[in-house]
Amino acid sequence: MSGAIDAHLAAELAARTSYGRLVAYLAASWRDVAAAEDALADALLAALESWPRAGVPNNPDAWLLAAARRQLIDAARHAKVAASAAPGLELMVAQARRDEVIDAVFPDERLKLLFVCAHPAIDETARTPLMLQTVLGLDAARIASAFLVSPSTMSQRLVRVKARIRDAGIRFEVPDPPELRSRVEAVLEAIYAAYGSGWEDVAGADSRRRGLAEEAVWLGRLVARLLPGEPEALGLLALMLHCEARRPARRDPSGGYVPLSRQEVALWSRPMVEEAEEILVDASRAGQPGRFQLEAAIQSAHARRMVTGQTDWEAIALLYEGLLLCAATIGARVGHAAALAEVRGAEAGLAAIEAIPNESIATYQPYWALRAHLLERLGRDGEAQQAFERAIGLSEDRAVREFLVATSRRPPSGGRSRGQPGRS
Amino acid sequence: MKYTILIYESAADFATRTDEKRKDAYWGAYRAYTQALTQAGVMIGGAGLQPPPRATTIRLRDGKRQVQDGPFAEAKEQLGGYYVIEVPDLDHALDWAARCPAASTGAIEVRPNLSM
Repeated sequence: MSGAIDAHLAAELAARTSYGRLVAYLAASWRDVAAAEDALADALLAALESWPRAGVPNNPDAWLLAAARRQLIDAARHAKVAASAAPGLELMVAQARRDEVIDAVFPDERLKLLFVCAHPAIDETARTPLMLQTVLGLDAARIASAFLVSPSTMSQRLVRVKARIRDAGIRFEVPDPPELRSRVEAVLEAIYAAYGSGWEDVAGADSRRRGLAEEAVWLGRLVARLLPGEPEALGLLALMLHCEARRPARRDPSGGYVPLSRQEVALWSRPMVEEAEEILVDASRAGQPGRFQLEAAIQSAHARRMVTGQTDWEAIALLYEGLLLCAATIGARVGHAAALAEVRGAEAGLAAIEAIPNESIATYQPYWALRAHLLERLGRDGEAQQAFERAIGLSEDRAVREFLVATSRRPPSGGRSRGQPGRS
Repeated sequence: MKYTILIYESAADFATRTDEKRKDAYWGAYRAYTQALTQAGVMIGGAGLQPPPRATTIRLRDGKRQVQDGPFAEAKEQLGGYYVIEVPDLDHALDWAARCPAASTGAIEVRPNLSM
């Protein structure tokens, strides 16, 4: 009985710790992600059957790899019979036989897999889900929920994109230097998308991706390790850690939303902030600033409040100016406007958000929340009320909605706005 | 594509509608949501419905009329209203559905409309 439980645990452990490595290795040699995943799934099932009887092998990964390869060969044979055309199959079979006894250490091909997932030929919206599935083994339903997509649609998209990788012959390789920069950026962006563009919100209003924050940080650590010396990978990791550090402070004990400016710094995770700071210093040694380092620097400036008790808005506004030069996203523009409002007054902040093109703001909640706060500060209560309504209607998070309802109902005081925009 | 957002509310949601302390927040949230839909240019129509006890359900079986008080099925969550929206695809429809106030307390069902 306990043997069965041990075997179960061993299979689970192998699945969790090695899944991505095994998929990456199989996919890189077979150039077919879907087939690699299917074969590994079968191998894991076989392990659950065999290990309780025969005992857990000394090298579970090698066992799984061998079983998965046999699966791949069988599947390819079937396919050959069915299609009666698979040039080179015999060769692959022979090669696989030779490799059947696999070294305890097989090469880590996850970096190549990450580059495949974020390949320019892959639709941008599919990149993050693909990474989460192939590298972390998350199932389509969980990914679908995190991205607010129907599970059947998500499954279809993943199937389609894997077929595209196979059929287009997208290569499992680390790109050469001229291309490397932009390809790394695509990988980092896909990881950041898993963390949640929600952090650009005034409120972290977009809470639905919160469920993947841990997975994203894990991927961030992985890519920082696989790409040593890549300052932007370090920047992204520092950024995510800074945001994670504030998680305990974002809700009050009764579940109410607490904006960044009112968070108790004592609740921020000091070890995480310190780790983020160290990583950011490491990144800056390369002397190649970039989008993620700047975003991390903005969060680092907020984190200084732990030490100084104050927020240096002047520095934050400057960092946002730098950020706008390399990535003028709507989130960055709204953040910049919020910082300007602190440095040069609500009027300047309002002018900055009014310069944002109309077509991008219709459903962007943080824009309306910031607009409402600034109009309120300027005593333009009627317009403020309208903007509050719009922000409330666009809020997905109940705590944020309730916070905005309460804020919008305050008697006009002309006092300072509560709820500083900026990442919470 | 036209989609219908069906709002299923819990008994507690229905009670909130008339709760002196909480009704303003309830109605305020729906007013704001409706306004956001309208100003984003996706709103086609919709209605809020009175609570399930006000429903009357009829069936015709073998030429016989059966009329009953209350909703057609007893369930924890009951239809409280609906919106019809026009958006490019299901992803957009789900984005809007998630913003519906009842999403965090009841359930929101999204269905594509038949084109007629």
